[in-house]
Amino acid sequence: MMTNPPARITQGQFSFLPELTDQEITAQIDYGLGKGYAWSVEYTDDPHPRNTYWEMFGMPMFDLHDAAGVLAELKGCRATFPQHYIRLMAFDNTRGVESIAMSFIVGRPRDEPGFRLVRQEIGGRSMRYTVQGYAADRPESQRY
Amino acid sequence: MNRPVEPAVITDAKKRYSAGVLKYRQMGYWAPDYTPRDTDVLCLFRITPQDGVDEIEAAAAVAGESSTATWTVVWTDRLTASDSYRAKAYKVEAVPGNPGQWFAWIAYDIILFEEGSIANLTASVIGNVFGFKPLRALRLEDMRMPVAYVKTFKGPPTGLIVERERLDKFGRPLLGATTKPKLGLSGRNYGRVVYEGLKGGLDFMKDDENINSQPFMHWRDRFLYVMDAVNKASAATGEVKGSYLNVTAATMEDMYERAEFAKELGSVIIMIDLVIGYTAIQSISNWARKHDMILHLHRAGHGTYTRQKTHGVSFRAIAKWMRLAGVDHIHAGTIVGKLEGDPLTTQGYYSVCRDSFTRQDLPRGVYFDQDWADLRKVMPVASGGIHAGQMHQLLDYLGDDVVLQFGGGTIGHPAGIQAGAVANRVALECMVKARNEGRDIVSEGPAILQSAARFCTPLKQALDTWGEVSFNYASTDTSDYAVTATAA
Repeated sequence: MMTNPPARITQGQFSFLPELTDQEITAQIDYGLGKGYAWSVEYTDDPHPRNTYWEMFGMPMFDLHDAAGVLAELKGCRATFPQHYIRLMAFDNTRGVESIAMSFIVGRPRDEPGFRLVRQEIGGRSMRYTVQGYAADRPESQRY
Repeated sequence: MNRPVEPAVITDAKKRYSAGVLKYRQMGYWAPDYTPRDTDVLCLFRITPQDGVDEIEAAAAVAGESSTATWTVVWTDRLTASDSYRAKAYKVEAVPGNPGQWFAWIAYDIILFEEGSIANLTASVIGNVFGFKPLRALRLEDMRMPVAYVKTFKGPPTGLIVERERLDKFGRPLLGATTKPKLGLSGRNYGRVVYEGLKGGLDFMKDDENINSQPFMHWRDRFLYVMDAVNKASAATGEVKGSYLNVTAATMEDMYERAEFAKELGSVIIMIDLVIGYTAIQSISNWARKHDMILHLHRAGHGTYTRQKTHGVSFRAIAKWMRLAGVDHIHAGTIVGKLEGDPLTTQGYYSVCRDSFTRQDLPRGVYFDQDWADLRKVMPVASGGIHAGQMHQLLDYLGDDVVLQFGGGTIGHPAGIQAGAVANRVALECMVKARNEGRDIVSEGPAILQSAARFCTPLKQALDTWGEVSFNYASTDTSDYAVTATAA
């Protein structure tokens, strides 16, 4: 149980809002497709704030221009990984951007124990800080 | 002023360089037939000549005094390819609706400027000329930097795209707050404000411009407590968080020392004030590039020379210089907040920060096309008197690539700082979501916020407290080319 106000990991665009319905997710996918973005589904059981590379549930869907198709991929990922974090990411390949344009969480484990802060005291009052997931000590796939 | 000899340019070299005083236009600084080259630096000045000085001579004088001229003829010009070094006023037009004011376009050959040096560039174009007696007032409105010159600058050390990648935050404005009160908090109390704001949902907290190292809080204390707060909030939320540690100090040695300590403690971002000067900014930008640090610039002091329309330097010129000099964040106005900012003019500053190619846009005060030659983009920061109830206007005016900073609008929340942060984050996320769903957030904004407030008590409290607050004053720095709407 996390103690921050939403009581959960708040990465992504919409973590402070109630869980998005499939219909609401579809509207966001449509917005991205309208901008020419390519959608991708990613999942992980290690949502450390600096874990950049979540696993890809297939490649970014560069040639898929139908929101229903993207949603079907998401549903496939949810069925395979019901207790993982899942996010939708949109890639923008415009020159000068060439990065992620949207990213939001669309699947979470039932319980989110969150992270502890490890302080290593060094040289007087200085500290080295490490953020560790409470669930991350166990092997991959057994964390939630 | 000058004793007239002949009205036209003197081409006979013997006459041109005989000892005495000539009109600037006669010395070759007025060149109405000149076609600016792609490699020229172009400046647009707003000129208010003294009584009895005609606009052509005034424009030629500005060209002269910002390039090679001195008040009298010097024979040593003849040792040089002087025609290259003379800036050329090539167009003068009356400012619409402002009798006595003139726009003058002046071209400078690229040889005049040292590569990669804002100090050198500005020593020419805003050097002696701004005190020149025949002008009552002078304002640098805009500049066009040639691609060849842009490429001599390294630009932002991080840039807004890479900043988002490092922070893992996409598709929405970033949220920040300035720690308040500005002065008097001890390091320990200061860190409390930082922790509450970040844990509540903000991405950044910020030192204010005049927080350096005063008797009530020395800089090391501040850095230590703030970084504990940042890391604790990161663990509590699972997000990357930051707090702009202001390293502004008396000397570069002091600034480097503070920046090194910020890096050792793991900060993702440091901060400087504009008053440290252009050379210091370029130096700390080099340091930031070397150490993977985001560099935040607070434009402290700019209002002394950017605000009045007839004299000084437009902020769009400052913004261009700062993108070249290399900062990652720059305060660029809120439109709806407590500080100066006409909507269209402010949007012009945002274009200068974020575009790959800025198009001429007269209503927004952008006078030249500017190819940025793939120089990284600067994240504009909107800060000063804004609150959650304006979220629809902020998102509509400013777009996604901006840091929205709610200082009082977070810390002054009746239920506390965390509640203030929650209110702002919920307001932001619900507005981005609604916009993406295709809703008209300008007209539906208040209803969208009220609807989110039904599941979010802190947002309801914020709207009840500040919903009606606005700073509805006329702007002084507005475009001359369009009637502008007043922000509500």
